[in-house]
Amino acid sequence: MASGKINILSRGLLKENPVFILMLGLCPTLGVTTQVINALGMGAGVIFVLVFSNIFVSLLKDIIPGSVRIPSYIVIIAAFVTIVEMMMHAFAPSIYSSLGIFLPLIVVNCIILGRAEAFANKNSIVDSFLDAIGMGVGFTLALLLIALIREVFGSGTITLFAMGSFDGVIEIPILYTYPVRVLTLAAGALLLMGYLKGFFEWYSKRKRG
Amino acid sequence: MENRKLTVSSSPHIHTRMSTSSIMWSVTVALLPAALWGVYVFGLRALLVIAVSIVSSVAIEYGLLKISKDGSVLDGSAFLTGLLIGMNLPADVAIVVPILASAFAIFVVKWTFGGLGSNWMNPALAGRVFVFFSFTGLMNTYRMPRTLVSAGVDASSSATILTQIKMTVSEQTALLASSTGVLESSGYPYTGFAHNVSQFFSSMSLNVSEYTIDAFFGNIAGCIGEVSAFFLILGGIYLLYKKIITWHIPVSMIGSFALFAWVFGGLRNGLGLFQGDFVLQIFSGGFILASLFMATDMVTSPVTRKGMILYGILIGFFTFLLRYFGSLPESSSLAILLVNIFVPTIDRYIMPKRFGEVEKKSNKKEVKA
Repeated sequence: MASGKINILSRGLLKENPVFILMLGLCPTLGVTTQVINALGMGAGVIFVLVFSNIFVSLLKDIIPGSVRIPSYIVIIAAFVTIVEMMMHAFAPSIYSSLGIFLPLIVVNCIILGRAEAFANKNSIVDSFLDAIGMGVGFTLALLLIALIREVFGSGTITLFAMGSFDGVIEIPILYTYPVRVLTLAAGALLLMGYLKGFFEWYSKRKRG
Repeated sequence: MENRKLTVSSSPHIHTRMSTSSIMWSVTVALLPAALWGVYVFGLRALLVIAVSIVSSVAIEYGLLKISKDGSVLDGSAFLTGLLIGMNLPADVAIVVPILASAFAIFVVKWTFGGLGSNWMNPALAGRVFVFFSFTGLMNTYRMPRTLVSAGVDASSSATILTQIKMTVSEQTALLASSTGVLESSGYPYTGFAHNVSQFFSSMSLNVSEYTIDAFFGNIAGCIGEVSAFFLILGGIYLLYKKIITWHIPVSMIGSFALFAWVFGGLRNGLGLFQGDFVLQIFSGGFILASLFMATDMVTSPVTRKGMILYGILIGFFTFLLRYFGSLPESSSLAILLVNIFVPTIDRYIMPKRFGEVEKKSNKKEVKA
């Protein structure tokens, strides 16, 4: 039983990684990964919304009639997205402005809707919570990986939080003067995504034997 | 590529004695005059750029062939890609740029899709566009050719004819001058040779500007291999003679570009319709190189004659659009890459008629009745 719980928690990280294996939520993945800080902000927002929407969908699964379940999920998700949006606007205005339209679009992010429909709808609250954590962290890690590669090679920086005397931007010596700009453009995002997908496909095939 | 087993390959199936390697080496030979001219006018630095891109292309291809255990580096395709990349770079570019362009061309564009014959995009062009968008600053400094320097022009980096026109046009709103007039008013240099030839033409009451003649013979600033339209056309004629390319793509591409440039090209300069200075536009920039050697790449162009003509017309149109109304240089490269995407569609809908096939007219009538 315990191993089942760990499996639910851990499968979102690699085996069923939402971005690289399930290919869900690609719009924000390609859109916001130009800077590491954006990836972190997006990941945090998605984890928050995913955890609460999974919990509430799991709680309400017996009350919601089957024929109107999708609109009901959207209402639940939209409520939490509004909370996240207002919180970010108040406490992290720079991330709020750089995420732009992708923040309210979490409402229609297919990871969240997909987990509500495919998992929380059928499972207990605890399992749904674990699933949300696993999937959310998996999504965040995927975003971080893409953003790190794109930002380091595409603009030669790593943008993090500004703390004290540190302004939050790490500059990488040679790449900062001669960045491979294509990677910050949409074409670079798709190209990198393709190669990472190929790598994970190869990796998971090899693991299965 | 050279295996003798029975394999089912895609069209065309017509058999000739030409092999992949003989085609590749013929194209290389056809490119050599223009490349040598580039080395002559831009100095040994140009030779270094070409050499680095060829060596890195061949080395990466060799490594990938070792892994895939298929084919041989002697088929010349990597050598040709490297040569084209080198010819498409300015002479003063940092040495890491040709290496990166070759790596992108061979690894990403060619081998990600399965190696020679499977890529849908021209590798050399994609490599060039990749480094162009990545290192815009490094790619935009052009050296003046030797022939202009000896005419007393400052040897340091200069704008190409096209960027000069574009800059002047964007600065002034109502110009009412042709491209030649724009260049003259901004004091763009030309050689004494071009002046003499232009005088000769005007004595025959033909109006050919000095810039057109310089662009035709390659006395302009630009990438190493693209400046001399004359030597490129010589190479193109050689390829036509060897039947490696057909006339369809270059002629339809240049024709449609010339038509659009002639009809609508004057609008940008504040002139009316049918005022475009299309002759100068054809010979400047990378258009001739693109039309004869890039667009005609066998892997990424349509297989049927009709398809080739449609492909050429589309490229000409997009080159016109990007060159006249776009903000970026490299219009012919971008146009070819854009139309490369449509090639499978063109091949699907423009099918050659099968031998002995008769159109089924009777069926249609029955349906109507």
